[in-house]
Amino acid sequence: MTQIELRGIEKHFGAVQVIKDLNLTIADNEFIVLLGQSGCGKTTTLRAIAGLETIDEGDILIDGQPVQHIKAAHRDIAFVFQSFSLYPHMTVFENIAFPLRATRGNRTDIEREVQAVAKTLQITHLLVKKPSALSGGDMQRVAIGRALVRRPKAMLMDEPIGALDAKLREEMRAEIKRLHIKQGSTTIYVTHDQVEAMSLADRIVVMHEGVLQQVGSPHEVYARPANMFVAQFVGSPVMNMSDVTVSEDDGHARVVVRGAPTSFDFPSNLTAQLAAAGAQSGNLTLGVRPEGVLVSRQAREGYVPVEAHIIEPLGSHDIIDLQVGDQMLRARTKSGFVPRPGEAVWARIDPAQAHFFDSSTGTSFGIRL
Amino acid sequence: MAAVQTRSERALNRLAIAAVLVITLLFLAPIYWITSTAFKPRNLATTIPPTVVFQPEISPFVKLFTKRSQLRSAPEPEVYAAAPWWERLVFDGGEKVVRSGRGEVQLSGYPNRFMNSLIVAITSTVLAVGMGTFTAYGFSRFKVKGEADLLFFILSTRMLPPVVVAIPMFLMYRAVGLNDTHWGLIILYTAFNLSFSVWLMKGFIDEIPKEYEEAALVDGYTRLEAFFKIVLPEAATGIAATAVFCFITAWNEYAFALIMTNRRAQTAPPFIPSQVGSGLPDWTVIAAGTFLFLLPVAIFTFLLRNHLLRGMSFGAIRK
Repeated sequence: MTQIELRGIEKHFGAVQVIKDLNLTIADNEFIVLLGQSGCGKTTTLRAIAGLETIDEGDILIDGQPVQHIKAAHRDIAFVFQSFSLYPHMTVFENIAFPLRATRGNRTDIEREVQAVAKTLQITHLLVKKPSALSGGDMQRVAIGRALVRRPKAMLMDEPIGALDAKLREEMRAEIKRLHIKQGSTTIYVTHDQVEAMSLADRIVVMHEGVLQQVGSPHEVYARPANMFVAQFVGSPVMNMSDVTVSEDDGHARVVVRGAPTSFDFPSNLTAQLAAAGAQSGNLTLGVRPEGVLVSRQAREGYVPVEAHIIEPLGSHDIIDLQVGDQMLRARTKSGFVPRPGEAVWARIDPAQAHFFDSSTGTSFGIRL
Repeated sequence: MAAVQTRSERALNRLAIAAVLVITLLFLAPIYWITSTAFKPRNLATTIPPTVVFQPEISPFVKLFTKRSQLRSAPEPEVYAAAPWWERLVFDGGEKVVRSGRGEVQLSGYPNRFMNSLIVAITSTVLAVGMGTFTAYGFSRFKVKGEADLLFFILSTRMLPPVVVAIPMFLMYRAVGLNDTHWGLIILYTAFNLSFSVWLMKGFIDEIPKEYEEAALVDGYTRLEAFFKIVLPEAATGIAATAVFCFITAWNEYAFALIMTNRRAQTAPPFIPSQVGSGLPDWTVIAAGTFLFLLPVAIFTFLLRNHLLRGMSFGAIRK
């Protein structure tokens, strides 16, 4: 049972504030991913929880006990570094046994624990080797083994698979997930890779410039981004963003992308919802993911004519740049759906997948249609 | 690789090999000279052209280690008969010197000076490398106020040629009674080497990723334990290299040893040439003394060769 709570964390590096009033509660056994660009404060947050970094303000509580004044060694937390940090002068066995030797357990206990962890991670055959003789993936397994062997209160991982190549990353991602399900320990995982975050997390914590942007399940963060930053940071290709104006016309809401001659049809309750949310005309941004842009090759009710500009065939699907006014709208279609660039097609925006943001603050109005 | 070498590349390669050979010979020549002279009979030591083929002897070493006095003529037959085998080696060479003392063997000044050299060089190396490693670790891992200035200050102690301050140092040492003591020289050499040791070790410790210690800190170790269990083994290469340099500097130092010591704490470097002046110079004895003097550095470097070599392949590990 380990619950971690962050209350009003503030941290400065010189004049730069890297964490601003961070509040977060992490439940027992939860897999939390801190997601953000480099320099957003996610690693600093992780290091602060581990005790490798001091904080200027706020409280870090582990199981209700404030720990910000307790040394890293006494917080009973394991840390997996991006660089793996396996000690080159020790064998794999000694590396995994290292945390156990700190508490001076007896030799046979240590031997048994190390063997058990090695078996879980399927690295028993590597125990006698030196880290320099291992592949990247095996180094990572050993690093995780070193973290697991002590059965810590919580596991902290700082981009643990960031240094591996793409294929191995995918493999290790699955392995980390499997391990978490099997061992079940409170885990905080830092990454800048949204795919990793989406696939691993129970809850994702999106951070930007030291400020927590949104906390939610992968689905929530993807389908209901709290603001423009989250909307554009999560999801690939990125969400389309256009300045729009909304007007009402014979039972329909009409959304006009700036500079476009035609408008997109939306259900009429959009205007009422926007008004209720306090949105001001001229300060409105429409966000829609490429899969929310529906494309047709024939003229259809509610579809507007657009021109296919660039086609990126990606095998399983195509990404098509559609010219709408002076802006580009990226759409996702079946592969080969639009055969050639330059082709005239028709498009509409799926109202259920549309997001409306305040252009100046970036906050979502939370409109659901 | 070799297969795609052009003719000009091959010629250049051979030229480079030839140059390396010449340079190696140039460096080895004095060592050969000293070594061969140390095993020559006295009458072959100064021949022109130099004698290359000769029957090696150990009599120069016997003369080096025992105190002797000059005789007017060849030793009396009864003296010869009473002499031990190693003494006869000296007489057989036609030498008119006999060891001093009656019966018991009197050692010359050399073994004592050699011991002094060892004591001073080893102690000052241990101190300089030890203090240097701790200091470098502090500079490398902690935020030190005025770090750049302090490091420059440490380096600046090397900017003045040490001999310039020899006279004031001598007066200071005499005032506090440190002249002609082991500690006097040890303090002096440690001070010489410390700045060098700090700078060199800082470079090596900077190379060790911080995460190693952080991993240990998270895993329940104190910083001091992490230093001894993680940093020191990782820095072994650097420590070995630094130790070799410090040892060589302290072992070879001549000027201060000459000024600060004369008897009790005198080291080998000022002692060996002082033997030239007493009577006719016996070059074989001087060569024997020099030859033995070269050995510890050679042995020390040889023992640490793996670490020194590893220094070249350092960084082959994923960071």
